[in-house]
Amino acid sequence: MFAYLVRRLFLMLVTLFGISVVIFFLLRVVPGNIVDILFAAAGYVDPADKANLEKELGIDQPLIVQYWHWISGFLRGDFGYSYVSEKPALQEILPRIPITARLAGLALLFSASIGIPLGVISAVKQGTRLDYALRVVSLSGLSLPSFWLGLLILTASVAMFGQMPIFNPNPQTWLEAFATYAVPAAAVGFRSAALTMRITRSSMLEVLRQDYIRTARAKGASDAAVNYHHALKNAILPVITVIGIEAAFLIGGLIVTETVFNIPGVARFLVEAIRWRDYPIVQNLVMLIAVVVVSANFIVDMLYAVFDPRIRYTD
Amino acid sequence: MRSVRALAATAALSLLAFSTIAYAGEPKQGGILRMYHRDSPGNASIHEGATYSLNVPFMPVFNNLVIYKQDEAQNRMDNIVPELAESWAWVNDNKTLTFKLRQGVKWHDGKPFTSADVKCTFDMLMGKSQQKFRQNPRKTWYEQVNDISTNGDLEVSFNLKRPQPSLLALLASGYTPVYPCHVSPGDMRTHPIGTGPFKFVEFKANESIKLTRNPDYWRKGRPYLDGIEFTIIPNRSTAILAFVAGKFDMAFPTEVSIPLLKDVKSQAPNAVCVVEPNNVATNIIVNSSAPPFDNIDIRRAMALSLDRKAFISIMFEGQGDVGGTLLPPPNGLWGMPKEMLESIPGYGPDVNANREAARKLMQKAGYGPDKHLAVKVSTRNIPVYRDPAVILIDQLKSIYIDGELDVVETANWFPKIARKDYMLGLNLTGNAVDDPDQSFYENYSCGSERNYTNYCNKEIEKLFDVQSQETDVNKRKKLVWDIDKKLQEDVARPIIFHARTGSCWQPYVKGVTVMSNSSYNGYRYEDVWMDK
Repeated sequence: MFAYLVRRLFLMLVTLFGISVVIFFLLRVVPGNIVDILFAAAGYVDPADKANLEKELGIDQPLIVQYWHWISGFLRGDFGYSYVSEKPALQEILPRIPITARLAGLALLFSASIGIPLGVISAVKQGTRLDYALRVVSLSGLSLPSFWLGLLILTASVAMFGQMPIFNPNPQTWLEAFATYAVPAAAVGFRSAALTMRITRSSMLEVLRQDYIRTARAKGASDAAVNYHHALKNAILPVITVIGIEAAFLIGGLIVTETVFNIPGVARFLVEAIRWRDYPIVQNLVMLIAVVVVSANFIVDMLYAVFDPRIRYTD
Repeated sequence: MRSVRALAATAALSLLAFSTIAYAGEPKQGGILRMYHRDSPGNASIHEGATYSLNVPFMPVFNNLVIYKQDEAQNRMDNIVPELAESWAWVNDNKTLTFKLRQGVKWHDGKPFTSADVKCTFDMLMGKSQQKFRQNPRKTWYEQVNDISTNGDLEVSFNLKRPQPSLLALLASGYTPVYPCHVSPGDMRTHPIGTGPFKFVEFKANESIKLTRNPDYWRKGRPYLDGIEFTIIPNRSTAILAFVAGKFDMAFPTEVSIPLLKDVKSQAPNAVCVVEPNNVATNIIVNSSAPPFDNIDIRRAMALSLDRKAFISIMFEGQGDVGGTLLPPPNGLWGMPKEMLESIPGYGPDVNANREAARKLMQKAGYGPDKHLAVKVSTRNIPVYRDPAVILIDQLKSIYIDGELDVVETANWFPKIARKDYMLGLNLTGNAVDDPDQSFYENYSCGSERNYTNYCNKEIEKLFDVQSQETDVNKRKKLVWDIDKKLQEDVARPIIFHARTGSCWQPYVKGVTVMSNSSYNGYRYEDVWMDK
């Protein structure tokens, strides 16, 4: 187990180094920098002022020097200053993380708590009307873009109730806080729930046809014991994988949802930072996300090993 | 007895009703004005930006020396009123503009305002001080200012190279606040200190901007509001829905498009909405330094092909203005009269005849039904740029020009234009002040940084100076019209239309005036109150 853990840890570090290089150089490949944007906003370009500003921000230096400044700072916890707000990048990023984390957590919770039970029911009731209905729901979830669903929810709220579930930065009660996040989380989590449901269903169907399930039934085990104790436990591995991957993909959905519901989270902030070519924000934020995603994958790998002891010897 | 009681009750009710009616018009103190903001401005320093995204939230923090009267829609010379100045006078053959300053004004950090602050601000704008702005987009406004001199703490003079009556108009713009000497330009970008009716509280990028009432404001009894809170909502659909749902007291000024205005009025019938020109001209920039547009015939043909009314009809349901460089009357002060405008090639009402003439010019240049000219029409990847570019491409087809849309990200737009890497560009030019000096020098004078096409006509440049020095408004108007006509005939930067946009607020918001010939100057908000 220890060797497995060390091997995975090493792979994780190599991946993160590769990601840092890709983030840094991809950003520089994108045409234009913060100075171009600032002058575009001011409606003119003065070459002397432009050169001064590039020097002031350090983006006139060779790329390798810029990379070293950034990555060494990141490792020390010094994230530099935002080019736009001129405030410490960490001070800009940190308050937004809990907002997105809560939203993502709720969305994942929605996805798992809706997707897994409905997937199991759909599999157990295969071929029935209920199964068909649930499959239609899951197909809709996969087909509806979250921005469209978000706008539909907002429009319907205003048209039907004259109210709008827009972000409340200072919720006074737990209920208010829940309401602030629940609607957007449902909008973004609907797709994940649909995917989780489909994966759970197909995985369950495969397991339910196994010999040991038939044996369990022959031995007189109840339906609930067979479905939840024997079948679901073995069918859950691919579902965990999908939820792990979805956690990473969620950031894409959150960008749109945060924009539509005007939630000041990191996802929307990241898009704005990219638009401004605010390198300190983009680099550090993407790197932080990469650390979270790679760590999540690491944890999923560890969970595999816990659920299936064979993995630690063979992988 | 009963009749006496009834009479007394009637009298009391009448008195109550009368007092209510009388009181309904009286401004009330208090309340936070909630407004959405269309985007997150890059910083908080008005002098370093060129977008009204900055003016709207930060103009209330400052004062100018003089300002356009905030309760009149049209900006004119005769409605400029003193602000930090108490009075002004032109002396020395109109070559010196002297201001007597208001006494006892304090910056928001408690330090006293003096003439040194005025000198500092304008020295910095002219690039003459140690401290520099990171960006200084309106340096050209002060080209005729030789220096600024002070006489004690309460008098300051602008000494000019030659008379320039419109300097006063430039000083009255929302773009011309006075900054404190003791705060660095860097700090002004993140935490602005002003003398204005509202104090800066915080600016969270992409989130919100908060201002609070300045209790020590020099204008007693103002502002009425306790504060203003801007929530940044870049998604227009979300923003409008939130306004309709009553989450905001005001929509971002001049940001409600004409088609959206219909939605607002249908979903929030009580909302007050006005439509005004915003003095932003949609125009074509032509790269005349390279083929094929180095050929004046092709440039003229292109100008002749424009059906301006079709643009206005498609984009604004007919609510827009056809004009030259300067905003046309009645809202614009300096635009050409209709008959003069229609005498310019391409402005005549018979579009088919114009296009027939254009086709002849194209044939003269070697193009025709069998040989089309392929061009790229570059523009920024923003709907207000992209949409008219698409219509332009469609109209160019009628004169054998096959246009291809080339959308450019904002970051690359100006570098692309600066290196002349374009053929035709669709551009928007906003005029902060409805004054020929601002427009002509900024956009058409040789060497100006905002003269994107590098149009340079020394003869016209001389006329710029002649009109700029003219003190007789009627004489100046005629000079300005002639210049504008010549600019259009030279296809310097063909103007397609002047847009109109909507501004909406809830019915209980009072004292809002939307300017009708500029979208940069009317956001002091000290007279705004809420009848709640």
